[in-house]
Amino acid sequence: MLYFSKLKITLIALFTLFMVMVSSSNFLDLDLDKQKKIKLGLDLQGGSYLLLELDNEPVIKQKLQSKLLEIKDYFKKNKIKILSLKLDDKLIKLKVSKDDVEKVEEIFNDKESTINPYYFQYKAHQLDVKINSDVFNLELSKYGIILIKNASLDQAIEIVRKRVDEVGTNEPNILKRGNDRILLELPGLDNPDRIKSLLGKTADLAFRLESKTSNESFGTEKLKLIETGEELLLSKRVIISGDNLVDASPRMDSLNNQTVVSFTLDRVGSKRFAQATKRNIGTRLAIVLDGQIISAPVIRDVIAGGSGQISGGFTFQSATDLALLLRSGALPAPLNIIEERTVGPDLGQDSINAGILSLIIGFLLVIGFMTLKYRIFGIIANFTLIINLILLISILTLLEATLTLPGIAGIILTVGMAVDANVLIFERIKEETSKEKNNLIAFDNGYSKSKITILDANITTIIAAIILFIFGSGPVKGFSITLCVGILTTLFSVFFIARLLTSIYVKINKHKEIIIK
Amino acid sequence: MKKDYKFNQYYKSLNVFSIALIILSLIFLIFKGLNYGVDFKGGTLIEIRVETEKPDIEVLRSSFNKLNLGKISIKNFGSDNDFVVKFKRDELNDPEFIENLQRNLSQELTYDFSFRRVENVGPKVSSELLKAGVTAICLSLMAMLIYIWIRFEWQFSVGAIAALFHDVIITLGIFSALSLEINLSIVAAVLTIVGYSMNDTVVIYDRVRENLKKYSDIKIFDLTNLSINETLSRTIITSSTTLLALLSIFLFGGEILKGFSLAMILGVILGTYSSIFIANPLLVFFKVSQKTVLKEDN
Repeated sequence: MLYFSKLKITLIALFTLFMVMVSSSNFLDLDLDKQKKIKLGLDLQGGSYLLLELDNEPVIKQKLQSKLLEIKDYFKKNKIKILSLKLDDKLIKLKVSKDDVEKVEEIFNDKESTINPYYFQYKAHQLDVKINSDVFNLELSKYGIILIKNASLDQAIEIVRKRVDEVGTNEPNILKRGNDRILLELPGLDNPDRIKSLLGKTADLAFRLESKTSNESFGTEKLKLIETGEELLLSKRVIISGDNLVDASPRMDSLNNQTVVSFTLDRVGSKRFAQATKRNIGTRLAIVLDGQIISAPVIRDVIAGGSGQISGGFTFQSATDLALLLRSGALPAPLNIIEERTVGPDLGQDSINAGILSLIIGFLLVIGFMTLKYRIFGIIANFTLIINLILLISILTLLEATLTLPGIAGIILTVGMAVDANVLIFERIKEETSKEKNNLIAFDNGYSKSKITILDANITTIIAAIILFIFGSGPVKGFSITLCVGILTTLFSVFFIARLLTSIYVKINKHKEIIIK
Repeated sequence: MKKDYKFNQYYKSLNVFSIALIILSLIFLIFKGLNYGVDFKGGTLIEIRVETEKPDIEVLRSSFNKLNLGKISIKNFGSDNDFVVKFKRDELNDPEFIENLQRNLSQELTYDFSFRRVENVGPKVSSELLKAGVTAICLSLMAMLIYIWIRFEWQFSVGAIAALFHDVIITLGIFSALSLEINLSIVAAVLTIVGYSMNDTVVIYDRVRENLKKYSDIKIFDLTNLSINETLSRTIITSSTTLLALLSIFLFGGEILKGFSLAMILGVILGTYSSIFIANPLLVFFKVSQKTVLKEDN
């Protein structure tokens, strides 16, 4: 156990030197392009953590509604008579004549079915079919729902990213969580209110005409004008929607000194807008955002240029926000904030200071204790501990891990627990030297006999740390990472660095009596 | 210098003591329950710093009470000028809530203040976090059971797990008795205690196994005592350095790590105690002998 070849010694030395260099990049500003650094968690640098959940109910309802139309078309094309077809909450009820039941069943269960797709990709259909004599109960299958959710989440992440980017925060981190959640980390942001209010709006924009009668072919509904509370009867027909917008920006209207949002439409939108305004001069055009009317001006002339402006008693801030929302597009479904954690920058700095202070004090206490207890071997253990810390920091740097306050606690705990392996070895050697006169053999035995114990003892802590990593969230994850990496570096530094130093010491003092107190 | 303390003489009396502690802890856990923080109960937590000479918690409390937040709890947090306010809130979507709260509070308070930290946890997330925490602790206990089972014999595995349960239950019992807050970092602490206590037990068990193979004539009752003595200085030194490190976190690491380091300190003390006085008597109880460990080698 004590023998080291020249090559091995060189490799250990080179490796340690490399790690020293890696870890030093955290403290020196070398201004290298690829300089890796440990990232500070939100609890240390300050910032906001938001967990958002997509409320997919409306998306699923909408999907079922369109499925209903799809089925109607499909059956018409295939000349099968539908006796009744309706949507009952999330259940499509389809009734056909008794003679057609078999044929319809085949249509839905066909692996290549276009009306009930997905079988080849997912080994499951989009719809689960239950037959009750001549009534088919169709429900979205597990996969059907997952696919809808995934699609809407992808879309939502895109929109969230655009909105967050527009606000211009410092390196936001936007992550998917499961199939209906978005995790948003905004470092350095101590007031997330603006982002929250921007994300809280679906920004579903529609231009719709006021309707004179309530029995229009598209259907009508009554909506409220935000400013006055006046109710208008609007046609459900959407003339242009947010999708048709190519640009939007806040502007000062020089005529009446109002802040407005001016917009530009795409080609399709311009054409439709021109036609609609041409045909409906004198009618009110309602601009509807998320189910509320922002304004409803009377159309006075054809608007043909493909651009226009929305007024609605905006302040400059609210006009800026609306323009931003319109530029970034509509969310597929409303987003709800289900968890929010914000740490101010002073608290973060205080935590860093406290963390570093307790690390230094903890380190000094342990080092002092070991020196008093083991003298020369204490110094070996302490030197190993320093290398261990450097290794720990460099591995965290290479992993570009995030350091959190509990993470610092994990490092301090590593300092306290890391000497355990050395202590186990020293105590063992102590027993061995009392039996064996030859120092080399006694030390060798000490190392080899304690190896298994050290591995066993450390594996238990690693197991606990890994479980914590899997189930923990946020700062606690940082703790499990430092704890895990700390154990690995401890094992390395004890079995390579400390052993190397001990072997050098023993070889020098081969014939003297070595006493470990 | 050979140590020969008679630990085994205290097995019985300390076991009775431990069982009493466990029962007491269970009574607290069942009847008083744990004081869950916002992580597990949901709600809002605000850490507030006030800029005044002598801050009066009652003034702060009455100001918050005027804001219609429902039942609030307010506590001093570390320094005299820092407080933590907690209240229940299910709807987290109102983006202006904190801004309004700050504005309303500034009308009530005559001095300056700032929100240093705001945490909002919705009911769905808090119940998920609680579930994840409980699952993690149960899973870690199970993983330890299996690991020791693979590495040792089942008697050792049961002994080690009993020691773990002892540590976890009494630590939580003390948190319940003192109404200390249980949050995510306490779960981290409990898991680390599981790892640490196991580490301690494994070192002694390793020695027991080695001695069992070596001496066929020593009864398990004395053999455990011998093994405890042989590993005693290691047990003391490692516990000391770990406690020194934890003490440093507890004293200098800031208020946020207080609960975590306290739980760990309790856990390390209990873990060291249980690896001697719980894990070993159980080997005696199971009448572990040389045959038990030699069987595994064949």
